Amino acid sequence: MTIVEPATRSSDARTRIGVGVLALVVVLAAIAPLLSPAASTQDVVMTRFLAPMTRDLHGAFHFLGTDRLGRDVWSRLLFGSRISLTVGVLTMALSLVLGVAVGAGAAFAPRSVSAVLLGLTDFALGVPRVVLLLLLAALWPPNATQVVLVLGVTGWMPIARLVYAETRSQLGRPYVDGAAALGARRLRILFRHILPHGAPPVLAAVTLGIGNAITLEAGLSFLGLGVQPPAASWGSLIASGRDTVVNAPWVGLAPGVALVLVVISCALIADGLYERR
Amino acid sequence: MHRGAALGLLRAAAVVFGVVTLTFVLLHLAPGDPMQRLLGPAATAGQVAAARHAMALDRPLAVQYVDWLGRALRGDFGASIATGRSVASLLTQAWPATAILVLLSLALTYLFGIAIGAYQANTRHRVADGLLTVGTVALNAMPGYWLGLVLVMFFTYRLRLLPAFGASGLDADFLSVSGRMVDRLRHLALPLLTLTLIGIGGTARFVRAAMRESRDAPYLVVARAKGVGATRMVIRHQLRNALVPVVTLLGLSLPALFSGTVFVESIFAWPGVGSLMVQGVQARDYPVVLAAATISAVLVVVGNLLAELLVGVVDPRSRRTHDDR
Repeated sequence: MTIVEPATRSSDARTRIGVGVLALVVVLAAIAPLLSPAASTQDVVMTRFLAPMTRDLHGAFHFLGTDRLGRDVWSRLLFGSRISLTVGVLTMALSLVLGVAVGAGAAFAPRSVSAVLLGLTDFALGVPRVVLLLLLAALWPPNATQVVLVLGVTGWMPIARLVYAETRSQLGRPYVDGAAALGARRLRILFRHILPHGAPPVLAAVTLGIGNAITLEAGLSFLGLGVQPPAASWGSLIASGRDTVVNAPWVGLAPGVALVLVVISCALIADGLYERR
Repeated sequence: MHRGAALGLLRAAAVVFGVVTLTFVLLHLAPGDPMQRLLGPAATAGQVAAARHAMALDRPLAVQYVDWLGRALRGDFGASIATGRSVASLLTQAWPATAILVLLSLALTYLFGIAIGAYQANTRHRVADGLLTVGTVALNAMPGYWLGLVLVMFFTYRLRLLPAFGASGLDADFLSVSGRMVDRLRHLALPLLTLTLIGIGGTARFVRAAMRESRDAPYLVVARAKGVGATRMVIRHQLRNALVPVVTLLGLSLPALFSGTVFVESIFAWPGVGSLMVQGVQARDYPVVLAAATISAVLVVVGNLLAELLVGVVDPRSRRTHDDR
């Protein structure tokens, strides 16, 4: 037991750091208009390529400098976080619903249906996700809703597997039999009894998935196949920094650092949740 | 063993078939007529119909599908809409570049990832372990296109050391054989470094966790009691057992690696399947995209199969259970 305790404490600390950073980003995204010196899409040619921590000729302070259209990088980063975070959360909400439906369905259903659902999960895990994303982006004009739908529909498999394994292992337990004997319906047993038991690993998978979805969305936007201008996610910001690597490296560096911080926070929270099993 | 391998092959074939079918159906569900797009807005309805007939697009979907499948099986993927060149020749040109990048990056990733993870699991320096954890977690979280950009910033523009674009320099044809070799390696360096660094992050974390878990396992206590040396213990006992989940991870990480390659190739203009695919998507060049999707599904599936076979090699126990079934 003495070996376990310090590990748990350090994992608690890591979780707290993860939650703290993520909460900070969410708050900053929520109050973005209050923190931006100028509207994020306002173009001012006279203030192009200002270095971070400088004032422009109108007296506005640019914490992270400006890009090639004179737009404040800090404001763009804040408004971009709204899109990136929303896409990440909505995507995983969709994946969670699909994963619970397929996983629990496979656990409760008769053998033949269960085999089909599990086979479907294995198949979907084998499909190269980025290939599918690129294909869909090529065929339909890209927009945020489509990105959420596609990422959500291609990200439910790990959750389905977890829910299936957890439900199967709980099904024979006395408390489940007890609930059934009291006349509880299957859905009630699933949502009130079984899922709360298996919640930590599933939530861990969801948190990891949020980070993953944000990265993938950024990747699509980086290739110009995600949210379209003038709206910008972190991915489109990194892409716009690509052309100014030499004279204004901060344009591409800032959104990347923000992205990495959020993904690490998600991983830290997921780690903590796994250890809480 | 044979039954397991046969099942694996069957599943692999099902995935490839599924991806191809899905791709085909999606292509035909998509709005817009490719012929209308090809001929431009000035084309009359009659011209479009004639072009559709010439490309056999006016036949029932099922017939087109069987036809495309039959030709694809013979390696005929049609012609690119954008360039008019045969898709098969485009792919033949592109796949070696991707294969070199992926295979080298896999080898380096596992070499360094396992070494770092094994060191972290066994070191008594808590600071070193902590620093390496921070480093590997950060690398693992970085998107390839961004890390690539940072490396270009540093190695190409700051140090002026390595080229950032393409697979060879403009003057490659005028260089000696050894000069050409060096030129190729210099162009390979940054894409390879990007893919490898990201891979190392994930692998080292995984190996560290797997070896930590086995640190107090009875077989290690026995080995220690027998007086087995530290190095031999790590390599012969601990690593051998930790390799099983690591090899399984190898199979599971292949789709991610391929995705990474798509982005990294497009950043560094590396002339592989990933670049071809991104260009195809941006130009709405359907035959190219369809073929690239097929090839990538095959690559991923074959990789998964190889990983499954490798688990059998690394862990003889898994072979036995297959036979027992």
